[in-house]
Amino acid sequence: MNATRLEADLALRQRLEDLYADYVHAIDDDRLEDWPGFFVASGVYRIATRENRDLGLPLNLMYCDGRGMMEDRVAALRTANIYEPHVYNHAVSALRVTENETGTIRARSNFSILRTVNGGETSVYACGRTYDEIVEEQGLLRFRERLVVLDSRQIDTLLAIPI
Amino acid sequence: MQTQEPAAPFVWPFEDASRAPFQVYTDAAIYAREQERLFRGPVWNFLCLECEIPNPGDYKTTFVGDAPIIVARAQDGSVNALVNRCAHKGALVCFKQRGNAPEFNCVYHNWTYDLTGALTGVAFRKGVGGKGGLDADFDFSAHGLERLRVETYGQMIFGTFSQETPPFRDYIGAELCANIDRVFVKPLKVLGYHSQILPNNWKLYAENNKDSYHASLLHVFHNTFGVVRPNMGGGVKISPNGWHHLSYTVRNADSDDAVGREKVRSLKESYKLHDARMMEHRLELGDLTTNAIQTVFPTLVVQQILNALAVRQIVPKGVDRTELVWTILGFADDDAQMQELRLQVNNLVGPAGLISMEDGCVGGWVQQAAKADPQAMTVMPMGGRGVEASEGSRVTEAAVRGFWRGWRALMGV
Ligand code: FES
Ligand SMILES: [Fe+2]
Repeated sequence: MNATRLEADLALRQRLEDLYADYVHAIDDDRLEDWPGFFVASGVYRIATRENRDLGLPLNLMYCDGRGMMEDRVAALRTANIYEPHVYNHAVSALRVTENETGTIRARSNFSILRTVNGGETSVYACGRTYDEIVEEQGLLRFRERLVVLDSRQIDTLLAIPI
Repeated sequence: MQTQEPAAPFVWPFEDASRAPFQVYTDAAIYAREQERLFRGPVWNFLCLECEIPNPGDYKTTFVGDAPIIVARAQDGSVNALVNRCAHKGALVCFKQRGNAPEFNCVYHNWTYDLTGALTGVAFRKGVGGKGGLDADFDFSAHGLERLRVETYGQMIFGTFSQETPPFRDYIGAELCANIDRVFVKPLKVLGYHSQILPNNWKLYAENNKDSYHASLLHVFHNTFGVVRPNMGGGVKISPNGWHHLSYTVRNADSDDAVGREKVRSLKESYKLHDARMMEHRLELGDLTTNAIQTVFPTLVVQQILNALAVRQIVPKGVDRTELVWTILGFADDDAQMQELRLQVNNLVGPAGLISMEDGCVGGWVQQAAKADPQAMTVMPMGGRGVEASEGSRVTEAAVRGFWRGWRALMGV
């Protein structure tokens, strides 16, 4: 690998690290209104489970096809849905670019989430992987697709806040 | 040494089923009695769907109450329900969720069972070098896996431990069978599974499904976003013994719906969905029913919400813990567009469902509050004190009272 290529890869990696950090900070800081902005307008967001993926089954826990559905999800959480207040603390690791051709970046990462309910008990809520497609739009990196695959089939109580 | 007072036998503290003591959600002795009298009693327990085990050797594991169960299709096509507990030392015979196997081997000491649960092999039965092994009078036929009676209705497989359980059609009655016939009208296929751990006794979720009173009060997504369909009719049907129910809504025939799309009314411009694809409804069942939630006592829910079809199985996991297993369905002949629509509408239901997530937490709130006063009672006064069906209104707790009527009958209290 020549020196310029290596430099470019490192620079991209740094930008991706920032993107992933900004994404989880927005969610963990309860700035959910910012969440759809991490996607391109036609972006697709899905939360699936490992069991369904392994069985080749298409079902998702959450499925937003386009930013509009993401905005609707956030508006519902703010105005319609009822649940105990809780916050996530995401830990993202093992970020890896798996493809970087013709303007599309594919990357995967691992995550785990500690959830604190009502300012009280903290517990392990979920862990899994993300499989992402990222593009550059107006100088910003945005998700064109984000597939979150949970390791477990079991959701503790409910799943309200996106991952 | 302190001696424990022997627990007084549980007595139902009210003259009818319009009140229930909190004790029923918190008492470990009652939970134990349910395992014996209710789940092993004359009830049909949902096990799985026929399409999950289509071929000989296919199996799936599940639960009836606390009892682990294997459902397996034998070589002759018959469906067998077996207690998943080795007749030797009691290990799980099958620890995978699903699969295909010519027979079952218990890995602990390698006893072997065929797909009907009959014991077919014992490792070292003749011992080694003439020493050890089984006695000559060991009776293989007395050491098979415990079997349940099985019946299939509407592509669903049910099991019962009791010889007295009537045929399924009589168990829920013709009126309620008609809804299963209406919804599961073509060969089904599984689109996926969800599961939810509910921090409450299983009965709180069983009641929640029968409680048509809460629907529009707790789940306000429809009202908030003005996706209320005008002039809806509906009602609640209840089996004569009270055990099973169907709560449904029907929309009015609507002329600009030639392509089967919902025309929805917006109540408040400020809260409008940017994208209402998940509210679309293709009229695929030949009628105008938008919502049909049906319970089969004790632990099954059959669901049609628009084009979201599912069965939900309530699995008790201790006195204050329940697993709710959702099997999300489509029809085998769905085209790509139809499948996409089903995936969209499933945003409304499941653990993250916009109109169902609240049901994940309300039971836990009752459970937390119930603990302190086991003798205090819940009150279920809506729609009288009986278990009559109601046409045109879902503001009734009749089906919940019906649940308690069934529970009391089986528990003998
Ligand atoms: S426990 Fe199954 S063979 Fe011993
Ligand atoms: Fe509900």
